[in-house]
Amino acid sequence: MKKTALFIIVFVSSLTAFAQDNGIDMAETLRSSGKIYVVVAVMLLLFTSFILYLFSIDSRLKKLEKEN
Amino acid sequence: MFKNWWKILASVFVLYSVVAGLLLKVPALPILHESIRNLYFHVPMWFAMIVIYTVAVVTSIKYLQTNNEKYDLIAVESVNTGLLFGFVGLVSGMIWANFTWGSPWPNDPKLNSAAIATLMYLAYTVLRSSLDEEQKRAKISAIYNIFSFPVMIVLLFILPRLTDSLHPGNGGNPGFGAYDLDSNMRWVFYPAVLGWIGIAIWIMNIRFRIRKLENKRNQI
Repeated sequence: MKKTALFIIVFVSSLTAFAQDNGIDMAETLRSSGKIYVVVAVMLLLFTSFILYLFSIDSRLKKLEKEN
Repeated sequence: MFKNWWKILASVFVLYSVVAGLLLKVPALPILHESIRNLYFHVPMWFAMIVIYTVAVVTSIKYLQTNNEKYDLIAVESVNTGLLFGFVGLVSGMIWANFTWGSPWPNDPKLNSAAIATLMYLAYTVLRSSLDEEQKRAKISAIYNIFSFPVMIVLLFILPRLTDSLHPGNGGNPGFGAYDLDSNMRWVFYPAVLGWIGIAIWIMNIRFRIRKLENKRNQI
């Protein structure tokens, strides 16, 4: 479970790392092209938390199943 | 960890479809404009719904063959999950239609048949809750479920194609491939579909396991 969460966090953070430009102007990506990257970031956060939530329900359920 | 590979794969596909679906180039079309990106989010809901209803019909048949209660429980939770995806599909389609077709419910044959199909599966849950005796409930609802599946297929894929429909690929409208000339959209669309099918099966799996636990507790 922890490994899965870690995997997803690393995956998502690697995406934002790829999105960075190598120019001198810093923190530009999220402000470029109509600020669509802000929407991408928000939606990524929503979907990542949704999926992590599913994983946590799954693991709680697994514990219950073992007790029964 | 290895047993859950498909959950991780589905998650990665869905997250990929969010990033690529918003950022990759899409064909510039009149009326649709950027809303064409809804294809990556609205259509997979229906794919997931159809796959999960297929799971329901297969397990219903298996229930009638084996009388194993497990299959009945999978069938119920498949229908419940399918209803969730059906409703999300309907509402997301209504938002999209409001801004491209001019009204949230333009009485398009595909919309009406999708609504009827959803009501039909709602009737399945009503039918179940109206029967108290467990074996009878499982048997009758399995038979209802088997009959409603082909009706759903006819409603969603055959009837809208026989008349004029606003949906691509229906009633003289070209299919989506006609708009996506360089086939770039497929690189996002197919992973999105697979990802959402995986998420749907995952939710169904969780609901089924909860129901199994509840069942066990009720029998003690």
